[in-house]
This record gives sequence, structure tokens and C-alpha cells, in this order.
Amino acid sequence: MYNFDVETPGTVADAVAALGRDEAQALGGGQTLIPTLKQRLASPSVLVSLTGVAEMKGVCVGDDGQLCIGGATTHATVASEARAHYAGLAELASHIGDPAVRNRGTIGGSLANNDPSACYPAAALGSGATIVTNARSIAADDYFEGMFSTALDEGEIITEVRFPIPQAANYQKFLQPASRFALVGVFVAKYAEGVRVAVTGASNDGVFRWTEAETALASNFSADAVSGLALSGDDMISDLHGTGDYRAHLVGVMTKRAVAAAA
Amino acid sequence: MPKDGGIGASSKRREDVRFLTGAGNYTDDINIRGQAHVFFLRSDVAHGTITSINTSAAEAMPGVVKVFTGTDFEAVGGMPCGWQVTDKHGQPMQEPRHPILAHGKVRHVGEPVAAVVAETLEQARDAAEAIELDIAELPAVVDMKAAVAGDAPKVHDDLTSNLCYDWGFVEENKTATDEAFANAAHVTTLELVNNRLVANPMEPRVAVGDYARGTGDSTLYTTSQNPHVIRLLMGAFVLGIPEHKLRVVAPDVGGGFGTKIFHYQEEAFCTFAAKACNRPVKWTSSRSEAFMSDAHGRDHVTKIELALDGNNNFAAIRTETFANMGAYLSTFAPSVPTWLHGTLMAGNYRTPLIYVNVKAVFTNTVPVDAYRGAGRPEATFQLERVIDKAARELGVDPIALRRQNFITEFPYATPVAVEYDTGNYVATMDKLEEMGDLSGFAERRAASEAKGKWRGLGVNCYIEACGIAPSNLVGQLGARAGLYESATVRVNATGGLVVMTGSHSHGQGHETSFAQVVADMIGIDENMVEIVHGDTANAPMGMGTYGSRSLAVGGSAMVRATEKIIAKAKKIASHLLEASESDIELKDGAFSVAGTDKSVAWGDVTLAAYVPHNYPLEEIEPGLEETAFYDPSNFTYPSGAYACEVEVDPDTGKVTIERFTAVDDFGNVVNPMIVTGQVHGGLAQGIGQALLENCAYDENGQLLSASYMDYAMPRADDLPMFSVDHSCQTPCTHNPLGVKGCGEAGAIGSPPSVVNAVVDALQSGGKDVTHIDMPLSPARVWAAMQ
Repeated sequence: MYNFDVETPGTVADAVAALGRDEAQALGGGQTLIPTLKQRLASPSVLVSLTGVAEMKGVCVGDDGQLCIGGATTHATVASEARAHYAGLAELASHIGDPAVRNRGTIGGSLANNDPSACYPAAALGSGATIVTNARSIAADDYFEGMFSTALDEGEIITEVRFPIPQAANYQKFLQPASRFALVGVFVAKYAEGVRVAVTGASNDGVFRWTEAETALASNFSADAVSGLALSGDDMISDLHGTGDYRAHLVGVMTKRAVAAAA
Repeated sequence: MPKDGGIGASSKRREDVRFLTGAGNYTDDINIRGQAHVFFLRSDVAHGTITSINTSAAEAMPGVVKVFTGTDFEAVGGMPCGWQVTDKHGQPMQEPRHPILAHGKVRHVGEPVAAVVAETLEQARDAAEAIELDIAELPAVVDMKAAVAGDAPKVHDDLTSNLCYDWGFVEENKTATDEAFANAAHVTTLELVNNRLVANPMEPRVAVGDYARGTGDSTLYTTSQNPHVIRLLMGAFVLGIPEHKLRVVAPDVGGGFGTKIFHYQEEAFCTFAAKACNRPVKWTSSRSEAFMSDAHGRDHVTKIELALDGNNNFAAIRTETFANMGAYLSTFAPSVPTWLHGTLMAGNYRTPLIYVNVKAVFTNTVPVDAYRGAGRPEATFQLERVIDKAARELGVDPIALRRQNFITEFPYATPVAVEYDTGNYVATMDKLEEMGDLSGFAERRAASEAKGKWRGLGVNCYIEACGIAPSNLVGQLGARAGLYESATVRVNATGGLVVMTGSHSHGQGHETSFAQVVADMIGIDENMVEIVHGDTANAPMGMGTYGSRSLAVGGSAMVRATEKIIAKAKKIASHLLEASESDIELKDGAFSVAGTDKSVAWGDVTLAAYVPHNYPLEEIEPGLEETAFYDPSNFTYPSGAYACEVEVDPDTGKVTIERFTAVDDFGNVVNPMIVTGQVHGGLAQGIGQALLENCAYDENGQLLSASYMDYAMPRADDLPMFSVDHSCQTPCTHNPLGVKGCGEAGAIGSPPSVVNAVVDALQSGGKDVTHIDMPLSPARVWAAMQ
């Protein structure tokens, strides 16, 4: 680790101000950033810890019926407090990493990092969530811009994530054997307006919507509806743990399982 | 009835109290006043020429004590290799120089190039970043078969090729073996990979060097399985420090699995630098460094052929193996694919002719050496896989084919130089069929199929040569060390005992089980016996712990020393009892005169030994302390039969282990609970190899699986509840305890049954798959199904 200063703001406004310092970096639960720092792969001058910002924590249902989760809310809190409102999301949160990760890692941190194998991006995109920052609101469809890339500007903080609550939803994760991140994860959510299917872990472009499956499921929300569909492995991640073709195949399997579990 | 103490009792592991409550004393817990820290700058390329290295900026950095490069070590020796293999033409293996810090060239990712000693680790690391290092990258040699092709770049320019040796065993059998194949009724051929593994002990390696300017004594604290071996190798061959001026301490060690047998550069560096800097120097490996500097295991590519006669009797076995040595020869690397592998190719079977060919190859990868089982898992895997394939080809039951070819008469001289003293392979297989409820498999398969899963059953046997090793024999085979063990038993005046052993415990529970043996011999409470190990200053000469040798060899030395103690104590007792020595009996901690009620307690005898007021001083010396050395007359041959049942998910290729039964014959068992634990650990590592673990390089020699993000370790939820038995006991005939060793069995015996089971499952699902290389990851199984 290189030396750095630490700021611990108590409000979003103070956090934004602190992030204005030269080479400042926001720190959520630190589940990615701290290991990166330990390996000396990043050298921010200032870490701005968001865990003390009370207004960014907690789970509630807004007046519009959406589930609102503060950006600094841990996975463990989402797993317990969102369950009564959005079980599919709570279930996803309850299987991220291990207990230590879930008690430190935050939803805002995960979405800001946009790891191509992370779980939350699938939930946000699959739910058509809104990413609320200190400056604006961004629709999930406009937010994810590829592996580790998002619409966030420098110094912009995710203060809240708003999830429309679906009629039914489920997330199926096929574990990469070593890291136990998603080798492929598929989030399926059924709304009155239609079905959304979001895939994480698989694509070289990060989380994406499988629109073909969404169309098929909109008229027939059953596993059979996606049986005939296939994705190409060409644009999928290919590594030690699976070829692009294998990942493409798993997307189909996990989608079917998610639909079966949700229906 | 379970015993409540002594041999055969499941005494709780006394060492666990400190391990589980944070009260252990590991090497990293050792901090010496005034110590400095070292950070190693390691090569990030697999192969290259060091064109320049400028340390002047680094030397000027805050806190820097001294910066070292390869030139600082020109006057000392290279890292020694402890075993010289002779090739099939009678020529010695090619043995390259192995520098402490790279000199001229780098040969694998992770090879230390420079070292910064500074006041703090962070300062050392900062300074290491200021070293200006230029390496002209050369093409990397990674694939073994490409490495021995004519046009391959050479890992070592001063060697004739990348071939370390081409070994034939038994060379005299080759022609007859080839003829048997020509005349065989059936030949089964299998090409397979025994995947490269990283040992990953929970505790990474640590070294602390210390130098006493006043006396000129050096001390090394290190994470080692064999401190005396390190003292000899480092003192005599690397740094030129006589053994009486060098102390090596291996305190609590958090797992070894073989990779902490070897002498490493970091140990020699810290010892050297402590003197050069006149400061204690400490190094603690990061997990990332461990992946690229701890010796790796396995990494064989093999073609095996099994010839059978018209009655399905095994007629001959022929193998060709490429064994990866990595970039340099680690301490015992050459012995693993040869004498620890070729000699086991008979397995549990009567096969009259066997010919084993091994080509050991240098590549631009981390050195490969012994890992739990070391050579024996590689032998077992290929043999038990090819037998399974043969059974499938011949349409016979794989268990029946094994039973038909079992060795049933002992002693049995194999055609590969070793003689099994005892065993009962029929008994272990009978027990396996019963405990594993193999007759109920069809029903379980139907239940799995009803849930959409394919179920498979895999069975295998194994034999291993443990209790390493008869010194005169291994000397003929190229070992540059003896492989005896020693023990000193010191009885205190008040009756308690301290047993100092050259064996080392790093998870095996010796402090408990060794105490049980000595206490049982005397008939006293085992809490009166303390086991001391791990320090060359207070343990007798010892060769350490590996090759499942500790109880069979170290325990035997302890028994011999205790016998000497008892013999002398009887003399003292006969004096105190005024009876003839031949009439003295020792039972339950008291000496009595046969046929009388006269007796004297153990404590009275020990007190007399040290307060010799009424004592036959003219006949015997006072005191009660004895040392014994024990050199085994043969290896021990644990054996067993394992069964694995898996389910394969046809949609994803994911394998889950549903049942695992392990029946082992370890001879006599001192502590059944500890033995069961050793088997559990071995099974976890064997199953880890079969399903999860894979150390992979890309074609440029970059380590792809360099962290737990990509190197899959087995976790508790990857494993079933094991069903383990060691009631089939054919005691070893040549050591005093009749024990055979149990540490490696699980890792040796389990991979073939897992793979056999997966192949069986895929066949039941209609997939004509005959082999998949380990690890059987979901992606590989799915690919094989396509």
C-alpha cells in the first residue's frame, strides 16, 4: 500500500467536497479497492470513506412504490431488510461473496465498480433500476457502459438505487469455481410492462440485457419459452474457467432456471 | 472398547489448544530486536537476459540498509539438489546452477532478482520500485514436449538441452515388455495429464536470519518440515557455515504438504544478509509470492499402456512420462518422477513386466517438487485410470478385474524393484464394498436420474511406499542424504519425560500421538510425556517429516530410545528391589519382581537415577537419558480401496461428490482420531486436484492462476461427509510399531476414483467419454459432453 490521507465525511455534501481534492478516490466497503491498494495497483492521494454518511444508508419503500436502497448500504442489510419487499433482490444480496464481504461491501460500491462478474449490476439492469447520484438520476439502461465502466463522472457518488418492484424475479448464479464470482449470472424480473433479463459474468462488454429472451418471455413466462434461443459465444469472456461457448450455453441454462424459480 | 490412553486411544490433540486459541508460535511471530525487513524484487517475465540493474536510487531511499543483487552471491554456492538421478544410458542428470538471486538471466516469473533490506517492509518495497532493472525478454519454454524439440530455446545456456534426464526403469525389462505387448490379447492405451498444483499451506513461508557478532553463530528461523536438512544444505552447500555454528529453528508450522521440505533462496538470503548487514533480517511471503515461489507439485504428461492376456490377466505395463522440473532443480525434484513414481507402477497387482520411461524437462516455470504423495499419486492415477478404461473396453466389472489381478501372497517382489512386506487387498476391497454399500448403487443411480442427474461410481485401489527410507537403498538410487531418524528420551528426576525427535510436526499431531507411544511403553499417563521438535539446538540429528515417515521411522527411533530407557530403569529397579534384573517386570508404571508383591514405582526409579544415594554407581552411570537412531530396512506399504459416487448435472457439467468411502490399511494405528483426520485432509486435497485445482501458465510463461481468484481450492462445501475406515490392519513386518504411515494416503488414493466416477456418470448419460483431464471443472466436463 502507498500512503494516502483518509477523509470520513458525514454528509453527501462533505463527501462531494472531499472528492474534489486532487487524486481523491471514494471508498465504499472496500472489497475491491482495499485489495487493489494492498497490491499497489492504485495510488490515490485521498480516500473518501462513504461508510459514515448516514443519509446514504438504509432500505425503504418510497411513495412511488419503489424500493430505495442507500448507496452505502451493505449487502447484508439488503439481504435482511429488502426481503419483505423484493425477495429476489434480497436473495441475490444474500449470496454475494461470503459473510465478511456482505457485511462490508455496499451496493453503491458494487455498481460504481461494475465488475463484469458482480451480481448487483444484473439486478439493477434486470429491474430497470434508477441509479441516483449526488448530481442526477441515471436509468440502469444508460448507466452500464462496459467492463468496469459506467456513466458516473469523476467524483460523482451513488447516493441511492431505486428498484421498481416486480411481480416475480429470480437470480441464478453459476459460480466460477475459484473466486465464486458469477461465471454466469442471470437476473429475470417480470413486470406488468414486460420481462427483463440481465446477464452478468458472461460478456466482454459487461452486464447486458438478453432482449431476445425478454421478448419470448413476455408472451410466455416459462422456461420452455427460451429453450430454442441461443446466444453466440463470440463476444463472451473466454478464460481458464470456461470458453465463450460454455458461457453462452450457461446463459440459456441459468435463464431457464431463473424463470422456473420465479414463475 | 475405545482405550482412554496410550496406543490405540483417540486422545485429543494437545497442540490444538494453542493452535485454536491464537497461542501458537509461528515463524512470523518471531521478531528480534533490531530486525530489518527484506523485500524481493522478482522477475515479471518468464525468460530473459538481465541487461542492466541499477540500484543506486534504491540505496538512497529512506530506511534502506542494503540492496543486494546476484553479484553479491558469486562467492557462495548455488541452491543444492539432494538427489542425483542417473539416466537410461548411465549418465548423471543435467544439473544447472541455481543462484540465490538471479544472475545473468531470469528463468521464471517470480524468480528473485534483487533484494532490499530496510528498516520497514514498506520502505523496502518502496526502494525495490526504485531499482532500475532492464530485462531483454527471450522466448519462454512452457510446454514440455516443445521444450525437448530440437529448436526449443534453452532454459540453461550451459546445458546441452532442456532434458534433465531420460530415465528407463527397469531398462533390462524393456525388450521383454515390448514383446509382451506384441503378444497381448488386448492393449488399453490412455494419455493423461497429472495437473500442476500449488500446495497452498495456510501459513506462507517465512524466514528470519540472525547473526551473533560476538560468537559468530548464525540462526535461521524458518517455516520448514525438516530444520536439520536445511541446516546441512544451507550450511554445507550454500553459505559455507559449519553445522556447529548454525542453528535452524522451525517452530510451529502451519501446514507443509511437501512444499516446506525444500531449501529455498529466501532462507539462505536472510541468513547471509543478517551477517552482511549485522542485523536480523526477516522475510514473510505474501500469498502472491507463495504462488510464484513455493515449489509446485505434480505436472506430469503420461501415456500408459496396459497389456492383458486372453483371460484378462495383466501381462505388462508400459509408460512414457514427461515430468516438469520447472526452471531449476528443487531440493528433491529429480526423485519424485523416478524413484517415488516408477517403483509404484505395480500397484496392487501381479503384473510380471513393467517398463517406465520418464523424461524430466526444464521449462520457464516455478520449480516442481514433492507435494503430498509425491510421485505415488501420479503412479496411482495412471494405473487406476487405465485399469478402469480396460474394464470398460473389455466389458468386465472394474472391481472384478482388479480382484482378479490382486497380489495375494506376501512378501511380494514387484518387477519394479520394491518388495511389499504385507497387505491384504481383498480385505480392503471387501470392506469397501460393504461400507460403501456398492450393491445399493443402482438404486441411488435411479434416484439421481429421477432428478435429472447422471450418477457415476468410481473405484480404485492404491499402494504407496512410505516410511522413507532405507538409507543404503536410497544411496544406491542417487540420494545425497541418509533417511534415518533419531530420538532422545530424557527422563527427569520426578518421572516426567521429554522426547526430542528429529521428526517435525506441522499439523500431524505428533505431540499427542508420539506421547501416547512412549507413555504406553512405560505404562504412565501420556501427559507425563512432552514432545520437543523443530530446533537443531535441542533435538538430535533428524531428517524431518515427509513421505509419511514420522511414526514409521521417527516413531521407531523413539521406541528404540525408550527401550534403552526401560532396560536401564530395570537395572536401577533391580538394585532397589534387591532382585535379579531378569526378574524385573514393568507394568502400569511400576517395576515388580516376578512372582512376588515387591515393587517400586516409576518415579522412585527415576529419582534414584538423579539422586543416586542408593545406586549401583560402579555398574551403571547415573541419569536416565538415551538416544537412538533408526534406519528402516524397507519402505512401508500402506494400501487401500476407495469409492466415489458423483452426480453430474447434464445442463452445466457440474460434478458434485455424493458419497466417498475410503478404506485404508495403515497397519497398526496409534491414534484413530488423528488418522481419520489425516485421511480427511488427504481426501480434500485429492478431490481438490481432481475437481478444482489447476496451476496454469500461458504460452509466455505468465502464471494465469496466480491468486485465489483463479486457483480453486477445495472448500468444506465442495466435499461430502467422508466415510473412512482403517480397521483392515496388516501390521508392517519390519518396524517395531507395525505402523505404515497415513499422511499421504488420501491425496494418493482419491483422484482416480473421482475421475472414474465422472466417466461412469457420463457413460450412463449416453456420452461416449473415456477420459477427461483434471481438474474436472464444469467447463471441461461440459466440453467433453459436446
